[in-house]
Amino acid sequence: MSEPILELSGLTKQFGGGVKALDDVDLTINRGEIFALLGPNGAGKTTLIGAVCGLVRPTGGTIRAFGEDLQGNWRQARARIGLVPQEISTDMFEPVLHAVSYSRGLFGLAPNPARIEEILRSLSLWDKRDARIMELSGGMKRRVLIAKAMAHEPDLLFLDEPTAGVDVELRKDMWHQIDAMRARGVTVILTTHYIEEAEEMADRVGIIRGGKILMVDQKDAMMARLGRTEAHIALAQPLDTLPPAIAAFSVELEEGGRSICYRGGDGTGKGREEVADLTKALIASGIDYIGIDVRESSLEDIFVSLLGEEEEQAA
Amino acid sequence: MSFNARSAWSIYHRELWRFLRTAFQSVLAPVLTTALYILVFGSAIGDRMPEINAVDYGAFIIPGLLMLTLLGETTSNSSFGIYMPRFTGTIYELLSAPVGVAETLVGFVGAAATKSLILAAIILLTARIFIDYSIAHPFLAFIFILLVAAAFSLFGFILGIWADSFEKLGIIPMLILTPLTFLGGTFYSIADLPEPWNSVALLNPIVYLVSGLRWTFYGSADVSIWVSLGITLAFLILCVAVIGYIFKTGWRLRD
Repeated sequence: MSEPILELSGLTKQFGGGVKALDDVDLTINRGEIFALLGPNGAGKTTLIGAVCGLVRPTGGTIRAFGEDLQGNWRQARARIGLVPQEISTDMFEPVLHAVSYSRGLFGLAPNPARIEEILRSLSLWDKRDARIMELSGGMKRRVLIAKAMAHEPDLLFLDEPTAGVDVELRKDMWHQIDAMRARGVTVILTTHYIEEAEEMADRVGIIRGGKILMVDQKDAMMARLGRTEAHIALAQPLDTLPPAIAAFSVELEEGGRSICYRGGDGTGKGREEVADLTKALIASGIDYIGIDVRESSLEDIFVSLLGEEEEQAA
Repeated sequence: MSFNARSAWSIYHRELWRFLRTAFQSVLAPVLTTALYILVFGSAIGDRMPEINAVDYGAFIIPGLLMLTLLGETTSNSSFGIYMPRFTGTIYELLSAPVGVAETLVGFVGAAATKSLILAAIILLTARIFIDYSIAHPFLAFIFILLVAAAFSLFGFILGIWADSFEKLGIIPMLILTPLTFLGGTFYSIADLPEPWNSVALLNPIVYLVSGLRWTFYGSADVSIWVSLGITLAFLILCVAVIGYIFKTGWRLRD
């Protein structure tokens, strides 16, 4: 049974100007999972992280971390939470080893050179330990931030857009790092603009917009529930009507009868099977085709469609 | 209330490292400036000036010059110490750490006060090269310098939280502290001022600091040492209370 590590209940943050960055957010994160929080700019992702990490003062609701109320138990809780911020914010003149060791001490842990070395090696930073952070590339600087956040061995780690602005290769490298954290038993909450990242990494996905959580679900369940397969079958000869054996499928004619469009399935591969059955039915009905284009909807399609529905409702 | 000594030590250690990293600017520059004051006003001009309260003019100005450097440098060091993390965004780490007001103050303010003590020691040793002076109450002098360093480190900390630009950061030390110190009896005894300026000068809080330090050096001053100590302590307590309020409300620290 999953054990909650973080529970947000009715979490609200209203800024001075009246803007609600978080609006009655209920969210539970389970121990050991990787949770991706998706949302457009200004959705409230960073504010949510800030509220848990002590950077933002919530105006309503409660936060429970590790089973305890965060407000009354902030010291113990914060000692177990790590944060990798969105912006590369660190003393650029400081050598890498110094910066990471400082972070460990700041969180109240005794020096442990062996552990720091292990962290730096795991992030390919050991060779750069004496380099000033300003001398490193953008990707390396991001790794330093991860190393700093890992220095006190947190149980819960927030990664606020960890791969924003980094190249594809480094992004994939970062995913390996996140996988390695999961292997160590760290619970990871990441916010991202790259839906591909959530698709690749996350166990569960939450979608936030305007400070409200629109949906939270297992990634696979979300795909199954909202995912679709779309196939376009180009016909050798145009059709005026579909024969009953074909019309039984979830299809329609398009492009003046020169193509059949299938939309169906549930994001688990069921749609592909139905497309295969459809092609067999076409052959059995004596309908020739010259090309098939099959596309599974991605998490991005689901995300865009959810936000679109939300906008329509708001209108 | 718990206190995380390791966190406080980490902040303290890092701030001192930052101080040593910029030793040229943070040590050499103020020492050189003070040495020039001592050389010009103490050695060169001082010989032609009459004694004040039976103290050679060159020796008379040393406590005031020390105070001038101490107030400016302590305030600047401490305000930069907290302003820079706010400016660069690295404050996120401090705010997300299991660190409260006590650890933060011991770390930042302790380091700023330590820097000031190191600076004071170097200035006094440098002054000895040019001027023959003695310290009548060395222990009290140390305590007084420590109190002033702590109080103005706290004041600088508040300034660093209040400021939202480098300009504001420099306004208080440059436009308020330095003029008040010059007018606070650094180069003269306020007792020599004609009325009403003598009484007006007593409204300048820096008078009490310069006078207090001068008393620990030469056993005589414009105002009682106990009044000076009392005002310094009261200022220190006021600063602690303001910082406690800042941490409690998160003013300028947490959104």
